[in-house]
Amino acid sequence: MIWSWIPQNLGLIEQLTLQNAYLGIVSALFGLVISVPLGVACARWSVLYPPVLSVTSALYAVPSLALFVVLIAYTGLSDLTVIIALTLFSLCVLVPNVVDGLRSVPEPVRQAATAMGFGTLRRLWQVELPVAIPVIIAGMRVATVSSISLASLGQLIGVSCLGYLFIDGLQRDFPTEIFLGIGLVVILALVADGALLAIRRLLTPWQRRARATAAPPSVLTPRQPAGQRSAQASAGAAS
Amino acid sequence: MTFLSYAWNWLTAGQQWQGSDGIPLRVLQHLGYSALALLIAALVALPLGVAIGHVRRGAFAVVSVANFWRAIPTLGLLIMMVVWLGFSPLTWLIPLVALAIPPILVNSYEGVLGVDPDLTDAGAGMGMTGWQVLWRIEIPVALPLIMLGLRTAAIFIVATATIAAEIGTGGLGRYIIDGLAANDYGQVAGGGALVVLLALGVQVSFVGLRRLVVPAGLRKAGSS
Repeated sequence: MIWSWIPQNLGLIEQLTLQNAYLGIVSALFGLVISVPLGVACARWSVLYPPVLSVTSALYAVPSLALFVVLIAYTGLSDLTVIIALTLFSLCVLVPNVVDGLRSVPEPVRQAATAMGFGTLRRLWQVELPVAIPVIIAGMRVATVSSISLASLGQLIGVSCLGYLFIDGLQRDFPTEIFLGIGLVVILALVADGALLAIRRLLTPWQRRARATAAPPSVLTPRQPAGQRSAQASAGAAS
Repeated sequence: MTFLSYAWNWLTAGQQWQGSDGIPLRVLQHLGYSALALLIAALVALPLGVAIGHVRRGAFAVVSVANFWRAIPTLGLLIMMVVWLGFSPLTWLIPLVALAIPPILVNSYEGVLGVDPDLTDAGAGMGMTGWQVLWRIEIPVALPLIMLGLRTAAIFIVATATIAAEIGTGGLGRYIIDGLAANDYGQVAGGGALVVLLALGVQVSFVGLRRLVVPAGLRKAGSS
């Protein structure tokens, strides 16, 4: 271990870390932007759900290196190749969580919104999606952590990211660099995870209030759907 | 030319189909690495997951392991093993097994934990022993999730075995890594197409296996 390598290369390390964070976070956000409308459609028209689920889980089964390779034909050795691949992977986690989240909205809540004169769109936007936020964010946590970790594979097709430290470390037989790379990927992922937890607290103040007053769980606190724990537990970062 | 035409030209060229770096041998290597790693991981993780689900303890540890697991960069882990151990079968086997354990562990744990207590109570009321409750009620009811865990682990292993070509293993990843190094996109595309087919084949066979082993009455639950 030669720790002095780290302070001497801070500029490079910072640039690789930012690039890795950018690839992972942008992919997860694109995944969210696609999976919310897709999940809303699947929750509304349940015939859509099984085929969508088959497609997303088939995409998820494809190793990321192979998906990069397929996309190279169209987008070249670019950031876009990595981002498209990681976005497609994130759908496998995000779509089921959006659907589970929307399905967890208690029927009385939905009826109350209708009785108050909410139209379908307004009810979706102001009642159903907010109630689904905890489950959707649970999916975002999995998707973001996986994407950040998988983004480090971009280096295999020459896209700059923390994976550079692994490959350079291997070529120079220099463990410090490899350890640092692994550590930074893990730290980056955990920081993003913590940020999403904080966002959930900000977006769902009613959950905190319910807990603080030790009141019985309010109807607005969605019950964790049975399938959700398993979805979180199972969907991981297939590389 | 698109991906498919590159892949097709390479796959139909003929000389790829024989010899020590021929496609049949590479497919067998890839499946061999994957099957061995999955078998070892299942032998470790299934009994452990079922046991801690049965005694209903250790939830925090299991969830933490599952969360941490996703953050680990597989390429980094593989390369660290090379620098540590040099190149031996253990170099790729240890990371493959280690990375396959969490999904199997967590799903078998969640599966057994999620069994309706009314069912286990009914079993105990009928005079079943702890072992009988485990084997005749908890494990069969947990099977959909146990199978999901094995499938996730298999997908993960097949993917990681592809990347392991970067550290010098055989398998289908060789074509991608060697092709990228030689700037030969035909080989890269052909290898990529084979990996996609292999991964989808593994996925489909697990869906079929699930249909075989999961009792009919349980197939609806957790069908994802």
